[in-house]
Amino acid sequence: MAAAAASPRDPHGRKRKCRPGACSGWVSPRRFPAAVCTSMDCYTANWNPLGDSAFYRKYELYSMDWDLKEELRDCLVAAAPYGGPIALLRNPWRKEKAASVRPVLDIYSASGMPLASLLWKSGPVVSLGWSAEEELLCVQEDGAVLVYGLHGDFRRHFSMGNEVLQNRVLDARIFHTEFGSGVAILTGAHRFTLSANVGDLKLRRMPEVPGLQSAPSCWTVLCQDRVAHILLAVGPDLYLLDHAACSAVTPPGLAPGVSSFLQMAVSFTYRHLALFTDTGYIWMGTASLKEKLCEFNCNIRAAPKQMVWCSRPRSKERAVVVAWERRLMVVGDAPESIQFVLDEDSYLVPELDGVRIFSRSTHEFLHEVPAASEEIFKIASMAPGALLLEAQKEYEAASFGKCFLDRFPPDSFVRMCQDLRVLNAIRDYHIGIPLTYSQYKQLTIQVLLDRLVLRRLYPLAIQICEYLRLPEVQGVSRILAHWACYKVQQKDVSDEDVARAINQKLGDTPGVSYSDIAARAYGCGRTELAIKLLEYEPRSGEQVPLLLKMKRSKLALSKAIESGDTDLVFTVLLHLKNELNRGDFFMTLRNQPMALSLYRQFCKHQELETLKDLYNQDDNHQELGSFHIRASYAAEERIEGRVAALQTAADAFYKAKNEFAAKATEDQMRLLRLQRRLEDELGGQFLDLSLHDTVTTLILGGHNKRAEQLARDFRIPDKRLWWLKLTALADLEDWEELEKFSKSKKSPIGYLPFVEICIKQHNKYEAKKYASRVSPEQKVKALLLVGDVAQAADVAIEHRNEAELSLVLSHCTGATDGATADKIQRARAQAQKK
Amino acid sequence: MAAHLSYGRVNLNVLREAVRRELREFLDKCAGSKAIVWDEYLTGPFGLIAQYSLLKEHEVEKMFTLKGSRLPAADVKNVIFFVRPRLELMDIIAENVLSEDRRGPARDFHILFVPRRSLLCEQRLKDLGVLGSFIHREEYSLDLIPFDGDLLSMESECAFKECYLEGDQTSLYHAAKGLMTLQALYGTIPQIFGKGECARQVANMMIRMKREFTGSQNSIFPVFDNLLLLDRNVDLLTPLATQLTYEGLIDEIYGIQNSYVKLPPEKFAPKKQGDGGKDLPTEAKKLQLNSAEELYAEIRDKNFNAVGSVLSKKAKIISAAFEERHNAKTVGEIKQFVSQLPHMQAARGSLANHTSIAELIKDVTTSEDFFDKLTVEQEFMSGIDTDKVNNYIEDCIAQKHSLIKVLRLVCLQSVCNSGLKQKVLDYYKREILQTYGYEHILTLHNLEKAGLLKPQTGGRNNYPTIRKTLRLWMDDVNEQNPTDISYVYSGYAPLSVRLAQLLSRPGWRSIEEVLRILPGPHFEERQPLPTGLQKKRQPGENRVTLVFFLGGVTFAEIAALRFLSQLEDGGTEYVIATTKLMNGTSWIEALMEKPF
Repeated sequence: MAAAAASPRDPHGRKRKCRPGACSGWVSPRRFPAAVCTSMDCYTANWNPLGDSAFYRKYELYSMDWDLKEELRDCLVAAAPYGGPIALLRNPWRKEKAASVRPVLDIYSASGMPLASLLWKSGPVVSLGWSAEEELLCVQEDGAVLVYGLHGDFRRHFSMGNEVLQNRVLDARIFHTEFGSGVAILTGAHRFTLSANVGDLKLRRMPEVPGLQSAPSCWTVLCQDRVAHILLAVGPDLYLLDHAACSAVTPPGLAPGVSSFLQMAVSFTYRHLALFTDTGYIWMGTASLKEKLCEFNCNIRAAPKQMVWCSRPRSKERAVVVAWERRLMVVGDAPESIQFVLDEDSYLVPELDGVRIFSRSTHEFLHEVPAASEEIFKIASMAPGALLLEAQKEYEAASFGKCFLDRFPPDSFVRMCQDLRVLNAIRDYHIGIPLTYSQYKQLTIQVLLDRLVLRRLYPLAIQICEYLRLPEVQGVSRILAHWACYKVQQKDVSDEDVARAINQKLGDTPGVSYSDIAARAYGCGRTELAIKLLEYEPRSGEQVPLLLKMKRSKLALSKAIESGDTDLVFTVLLHLKNELNRGDFFMTLRNQPMALSLYRQFCKHQELETLKDLYNQDDNHQELGSFHIRASYAAEERIEGRVAALQTAADAFYKAKNEFAAKATEDQMRLLRLQRRLEDELGGQFLDLSLHDTVTTLILGGHNKRAEQLARDFRIPDKRLWWLKLTALADLEDWEELEKFSKSKKSPIGYLPFVEICIKQHNKYEAKKYASRVSPEQKVKALLLVGDVAQAADVAIEHRNEAELSLVLSHCTGATDGATADKIQRARAQAQKK
Repeated sequence: MAAHLSYGRVNLNVLREAVRRELREFLDKCAGSKAIVWDEYLTGPFGLIAQYSLLKEHEVEKMFTLKGSRLPAADVKNVIFFVRPRLELMDIIAENVLSEDRRGPARDFHILFVPRRSLLCEQRLKDLGVLGSFIHREEYSLDLIPFDGDLLSMESECAFKECYLEGDQTSLYHAAKGLMTLQALYGTIPQIFGKGECARQVANMMIRMKREFTGSQNSIFPVFDNLLLLDRNVDLLTPLATQLTYEGLIDEIYGIQNSYVKLPPEKFAPKKQGDGGKDLPTEAKKLQLNSAEELYAEIRDKNFNAVGSVLSKKAKIISAAFEERHNAKTVGEIKQFVSQLPHMQAARGSLANHTSIAELIKDVTTSEDFFDKLTVEQEFMSGIDTDKVNNYIEDCIAQKHSLIKVLRLVCLQSVCNSGLKQKVLDYYKREILQTYGYEHILTLHNLEKAGLLKPQTGGRNNYPTIRKTLRLWMDDVNEQNPTDISYVYSGYAPLSVRLAQLLSRPGWRSIEEVLRILPGPHFEERQPLPTGLQKKRQPGENRVTLVFFLGGVTFAEIAALRFLSQLEDGGTEYVIATTKLMNGTSWIEALMEKPF
């Protein structure tokens, strides 16, 4: 799909008069149906046919706003493609030092609005050109390339090689490839040097052209298979230079009699090449020089000022526009050419789908009328050309027409209308970006927005984003962020004001990264501003690293803590630990309890000694006590060491006023020493047994005396001691000793446990001995345990206890206890009667 | 595969699908064959998200457990470490990478941090000189894992200990992140309520994170009406008591891990005649427990005393269904019977399993010791004799019953008495140290720090006030057809769930006084919604409340909340989230410290 630019209105909205050029062989467009033609002839009046199949038209984009005093021919001129800016270097060849005649570099928009103006104070400039990022590259005679921004701000510079210093640069070209923008220079030694991408500068010196004594009559950069070549003409010969070799080439079907090539032109996409010879003959073919497309003899032998291709993507028509001082000629595969008279000194800018032509007073666009436009007369045509040619009327027609097409999806219509509005908006005189639809689609909306941002046209960019409903992150937010980054560079405004202005404008706009803006501010040396901006950054993950980078670690710490992101806190902590001396570090921690706990955690696993220091600093004796207890188990092997560690722990517990822990620790020290002695004297394993188990082990080993002693020394409560002995003796199956023990005094735990433990050891006989001594309230249970169901029933009946009766009953099994069961039932029945 | 997640009011399968997608996307980033090296702790939770088949579909050919020295040989293009962001694990990974055999085929290394990437860990890897060896270093934000149609857990074992003992809020940060993920999928939750210090912090983080995320305006219609954040230390009592629901008891006795339980195999041996049972299986029987199983969904939340009757009723229905085959006369009838067979057989298998489990549990619950323990617990909870040394506890210590059991009881007594008299506390502690060993002094310190064990200060016992106001003890409990949440503990109504219940009706204003006694602030926050997303409730439509237990939740509490959800005039349905599914035993265990 291709389309021409919108209707030829000037920026002020006045309809300009059509200005048909002087054409040779002008014919009225005969292929249109007569009826429609009458209503449309206003639009087709400036259509000029070239051959049988194509029309070319030229219309005005702007009347230029600049007030140029010089002729263009007295300036170095560079205009960026895609409706880009125009740079003029006035007086480029004056060598005098006087300020009044020093060269002046002016930058204008395509509509001639001044963007920047500066006195040129550097060396003589050979050539100007724009990069794809709309940076102005100024190639100096000494091989230095100075890079300026759209607003005349100096960005950087680089050199095209030392060799150039002596030989000077004779000529230079700035060219664009898919990798970016390149520079090619021709030196005084008639050698070429080339860099394919100024963003990633790699200089390539091209091979020598054998026997080249003078500068080539013309040359150009070709780009084939992603490699840049140079094509140059010396007399009747053409040479192709690649990085390895220089080879002579001959265009197929070139007319004889050529003694010199005066001009050559490569198409926008590097696909085609045109050669202008001293015989006034133009050869047109592929850039590979393998195929001739057509030729034309214009019979003008003077070297043209400029020659550029004029074709549109996906069109079969090939045409070249050739400009002399006062004459413009469109030639193609046709016996006739289209000719225009140039009123003024003009400059040609090749575009993707046509040629822009500007002079001191006007800016025009010349292009092939797209095939689609020829179809606009079809009813309800949705051809974009139709829309673009006469947006207003066609819009109405289309929106009217689409009502009749019930299956026509409205999306593309809506999208087209939106695009048209955008194109109209940016073409506005004040903005001055005259893009055609194809150019716009090729450029993409993202790049267009970037260009608006580059021109600091933030409000328009935002309006477009909102109008097209672009996602905020890609659209509005990005633009606001750019604006903010521009804002922080305004050094004459105070930090306070900049921060406030930015926050007012950006607020909480989604997708705006305050930390990116802050980073930019920091990059400009405005740390305080950066910190102020970071205050607005809600994402601590972004905030903290930058604060660290700016050496505001303590602020970073409190921000990290605020976020709750412990990993972030750790990161700052480790940073602080390296940055501060230990004392300061600890003090910082002290004021941040959350950080302190985290750091303690870290130390627990990584730096135990530091943990101790931390506790010491905080006088946290309780934790110090625990710390030494752990140490007594982990670090110490020898008993003395362990006891010493425990002593330290006990002291700490006293300081912590934890009497219980201190005493328990002292007991443990006593126990440890004792266990060591027991091991020495009795053999076996005692260390690290609990007191309870130590006593048990002694009993099991038959050391009852020692066991008693130990129990007394450590004041084991009577009840537990009885359980302990009971369990140990039963384990030993020392029934005799158990019985003796049971009779030693009245059991503090009763006698049911004796019964239970005997049963557990499967000794019913022993169990029975104790059953009789069990207290009345537990008697039934005991009797059941020893299997005396009948007696259990008697006791239960005597107790008149319903729960006990049920319990006994549940133990009555079938035949054997039948009588008992009956007895219980009778007792129950009796109880119920009463 | 996970249909049970979508039965509830909130379709949690959406969350599961989202995390599965994230996992697949990561796996596809590492093109070619892969081996996964697992942080062992992660395998359980991952099992709930993706089976091996999913990994296999994405060219995972080998799986290893993360351990030191050299990685096992595997002819794969990628080696991916799935790890939690912990320094000690970074050391092991570095060891793995450094000892990689350079002569073998070169393998690409990647790390997937679960649930979050960590600068600290990356710094450690950098210090160890291996950071550059990893091509992809990404995070897999698996915070909340769907366990059931109404249940999410972070399965973060140490969350309670870290928050309440060590002042480490990492798990709270993850909780807040998890809630943000949930809101991204289910809409902004308009109201947040909370009680407790950690709850406050999580809410603060959420509000803060919401500001960070302003970029993506959430346009999802909110599914949850309320979020209730509850600190575990607001209710230290509930987990200490023995759970008496079916699921609770399975967990108390056998421990449920990532929805699986391992049971003694004897009861599950296939019954064969004449076998004499000599080939008893020795490997534990592993069963998955979730509401995908119809029968389990029905009985899991019942008081165990009500399970038997359901099981026998089911048994009758199933055998009647099988008897139907005799009535099937025509070909059509037989065909219909056969078509129902698989479902019937599954039901019969399920019934057999749960009958076996119920028998196993019954053996425990009918034991005298279980009865004695329960009696003591219930005495404490109803406020009887909480201020003096308890005989049963003393006997348990003297007989060296498991220390955890003793600690649970002592802590329970302490909590039910708002702390123990110094003399009583010291007595218990001394008994424990003498019997179980001095080293447990560290554990006791931990319990004291967590507030589970403490001396009574000010000589005032607040528990009776709390108990009466919140009606924590109900004398007339109906275990078969419950009318109140107290059925889950046969008398005790879990405090945490009571708070949730009172919040929904009549509101917390009625219990301000008790809220002030309980630790930590209580608060309410609103998250404004764009007008288009504000809900117009239909009459009779229930609200959905997400209750987030910070520090863990028990199955009995979950059962109680489900009971409230099912109440006909309840007005609120609950979805439960937690840092960890736990019970008193696993809780105390996590707080224990063994220095050797």
